[in-house]
Amino acid sequence: MPTVAPLDLEGHCVAAVFLDDVPHFALADGAVHRLDNGQKTVQANDGLLAAFHDAANGRLITGGEDGKVFAVKAGGAVSELASAGRKWVTSVTAGPQGAIAYASGKTAFVRFADGKIKEFAHPRSVEGLAFSPKGIRFGVARYNGATLHFPAAEGKPVELEWAGAHTGITFSPDGAFLVTTMQENALHGWKLADGKHMRMSGYPSKVKSLSWSVKGKWLASSGAPAAIVWPFASKDGPMGKAPLELGTRGNTMVTCVACHPSQDVVAIGYEDGMVIAARFADAKEVLLRRPGKGAITAMMWDKEERRIVFGSAAGDCGVIDITA
Amino acid sequence: MSDAQTQIPVTVLTGYLGAGKTTLLNRILSENHGKRYAVIVNEFGEIGIDNDLIVESDEEIYEMNNGCVCCTVRGDLIRVVEGLMRRPGRFDAIVVETTGLADPVPVAQTFFMDDDVRTKTKLDAVVALVDAKHLPLRLKDSKEAEDQIAFADVVVLNKTDLVTPEELEKVEATVRAINPAAKIHRTQRSGVALEEVLDRGAFDLSRALENDPHFLEAHDLDHDHDHDHDHHHDHDGHDHHHHHASDIHDVTVKSVSLRGGEMDPKKFFPWIEKVTQMEGPNILRLKGIIALRGDEDRYVLQGVHMILEGDHQRAWKDGEKHESRLVFIGRDLDAERLRKSFEACQAA
Repeated sequence: MPTVAPLDLEGHCVAAVFLDDVPHFALADGAVHRLDNGQKTVQANDGLLAAFHDAANGRLITGGEDGKVFAVKAGGAVSELASAGRKWVTSVTAGPQGAIAYASGKTAFVRFADGKIKEFAHPRSVEGLAFSPKGIRFGVARYNGATLHFPAAEGKPVELEWAGAHTGITFSPDGAFLVTTMQENALHGWKLADGKHMRMSGYPSKVKSLSWSVKGKWLASSGAPAAIVWPFASKDGPMGKAPLELGTRGNTMVTCVACHPSQDVVAIGYEDGMVIAARFADAKEVLLRRPGKGAITAMMWDKEERRIVFGSAAGDCGVIDITA
Repeated sequence: MSDAQTQIPVTVLTGYLGAGKTTLLNRILSENHGKRYAVIVNEFGEIGIDNDLIVESDEEIYEMNNGCVCCTVRGDLIRVVEGLMRRPGRFDAIVVETTGLADPVPVAQTFFMDDDVRTKTKLDAVVALVDAKHLPLRLKDSKEAEDQIAFADVVVLNKTDLVTPEELEKVEATVRAINPAAKIHRTQRSGVALEEVLDRGAFDLSRALENDPHFLEAHDLDHDHDHDHDHHHDHDGHDHHHHHASDIHDVTVKSVSLRGGEMDPKKFFPWIEKVTQMEGPNILRLKGIIALRGDEDRYVLQGVHMILEGDHQRAWKDGEKHESRLVFIGRDLDAERLRKSFEACQAA
C-alpha cells in the first residue's frame, strides 16, 4: 500500500518538486518549504506566480509579483537571477546551458548562464514560455498563435498562427511537436517539420497541466473528469486517433498530471485532492492519496521512481511513497 | 461551483482621461471603511495611487474562438485575478481602473465567460466617471465615451462646478438618453458617497434592479430621480419608451424600454433567447423583471451582449402589480419589432 507523508502548509502550492531528492514546496506567498530532516523554509519572491523545475541544474526557477526571478537550490540557497521592473513576472522556464527565460507584460527575456539578458518584444502579452529540448529555439504562447525565437542567433522568429488565445506551451521531448494550452477548452499542436495543425478539443474545462510520457510517446493532460492522454508516437502525432481516458471519475475533475519517468504510467491529481496512478496499457488504477482539502496543483516523481511529491491549492501537501 | 459568500466583489471604474477616476479610486482606498482593496490598473498615471496591492497589467482583449465577434474577454484580467486569488487573504475586494479609451464590455464579460474568474469573483458594478464639461466633446470624437455610459450601472457626473446649471441639465439628459437604467450622481471632485459606487450588487440577480429606482418605478423611467432638482426630459408618459439616438446629437446608443403584463413562459423564454442570439452584438446591456403566468416569484434577467442570466428573485408582494419590464441598451435596435414581439409573449 502506498503511504502518504503529509505536510500541511498555509496557502496555494504553485510547485512541488524534488531538488537533490529533497521534496520542495513553493507557495503563492513566495515561501519555499522543504522536508530535509524536518521542515525548513526559505523566502524567494514576494508573491510567487510561476515556477519551473530546471532539472539539468537541480534548481527551481521562480517568477513573481515583485517582478523578480529567483533560482532556488537544494539546501535553501536562493539567488536573484533577474528583475523585470514593476510588472509581474507571469511565466518562467529553463533551457540548456543554464539559460532561463521569463515573461513580463509583452516582453520575453532570455538570460544566459553568463548573466547576459536578451529581450524579445511582442505586440501582445507573452503568456507562456518553453525552450525546445535542444535549446536552439524557445517558444512563446501568445494571442492567435505561438512565436519561435532563436535566442543565440540573430534572425527572424518563426510565427505559428492559430486563432484564439494561447496561454501555455510545451515542446515534445524529441522537438518534433509544439503544443499550446488555450483560453478556450482545447489544446493546439503544430508538427514543426511541416507546420501541420493538430486540434485537440472536447475538454469541459481549461487545460492547465500537461505532462509528456517517457520519450514523448504520449501527452497527458488535465481539464476533464479523466486524464486525457494523446498518442504522439507516430509521425503525425495524435491526428485521427482517439486519446486514452484514464482515471475517469464522475464527480470531480483532473487538475494535475505527472507522467512516470520510465514507464507508461501517469499520476493523476483531482480537484478534490485525490491522487491515483493509472497505467496506459490496461487503464489499471491504484489509489495513492485519498481526497484532501484542495485541488492538486503540482506533482513530480523522484529519480528512483518511488516517491511523488504533491501540492494543493489549499496547502495540504505531502510526499507519496508507492513502495511502502 | 461558485459560492456567493466567498466570491470577491469587483468594481470596474471607467471614464475618459481626466474625468476623475484616479481621484475616486484614491478616495475608495483612503476612506475609513475597514476594507482592503486590490487595484488593477493599466498604467500608473501621474497622480499616485496609495495602496499596498496595485497590479499593473497590459490591456489584452481576446476574442473567443467561437465565431462570435462580441465574445471578448480581457486576457490580462484572467491572469491577474487568478494570481491574486491564490492569496485571497490580502484583500476584501478588487477595483479595476480601465484606461480612458477602454471598452467596458470585455472587462465585464471576463467575469461571466471565464470559469475560473467566475468561480472566485463576482462583478459588482461598472461605474462610469463623466466629465460634465467635456462630455459633449468626448461624444463627438469617440464611440468609447458613449459605450462607457451605456454600459454603466452607476454614472458619476463629475466636475459639475465647471458648467452652468443649464449645461448640466443638458449633459445629464444626454447621459439619461444613452442609459436610462443607470443611477446618476452629480458630483465635484469625485465626491460621491462611496456606498453609491461600492457593493452595489448590480449584476447580482437577487439584488439587481432592487436598488434601481428608475427601473422599479411603475410609471415611466425618466421622471424618477434621486436628486432633488427638476429634471427635464423629452419624453413623457408613454407606456413604451424608446429613446432615440436622434434626440441628441452625437449619440448612437439608444435604449428600448418595454412594459407588459404577465408573460407566458413558453413564449417568453424562447423569445428572449432568440433576441439575445440574433441581436446580441447590438445589445450592450439588458435588464428586466418579468411576471410569469402561474409563477409566484418575480423573474429577473440581466444580460451583456449574448450572455443572458436569469433567476427567480422573490415572491411578488401582496398588492404588487404583476408587471413585466425589460430595458435594452444598445445600437441599431428595432424598437418597434422588439415591442411587438415582446407583447406577443404575454399570457392570453
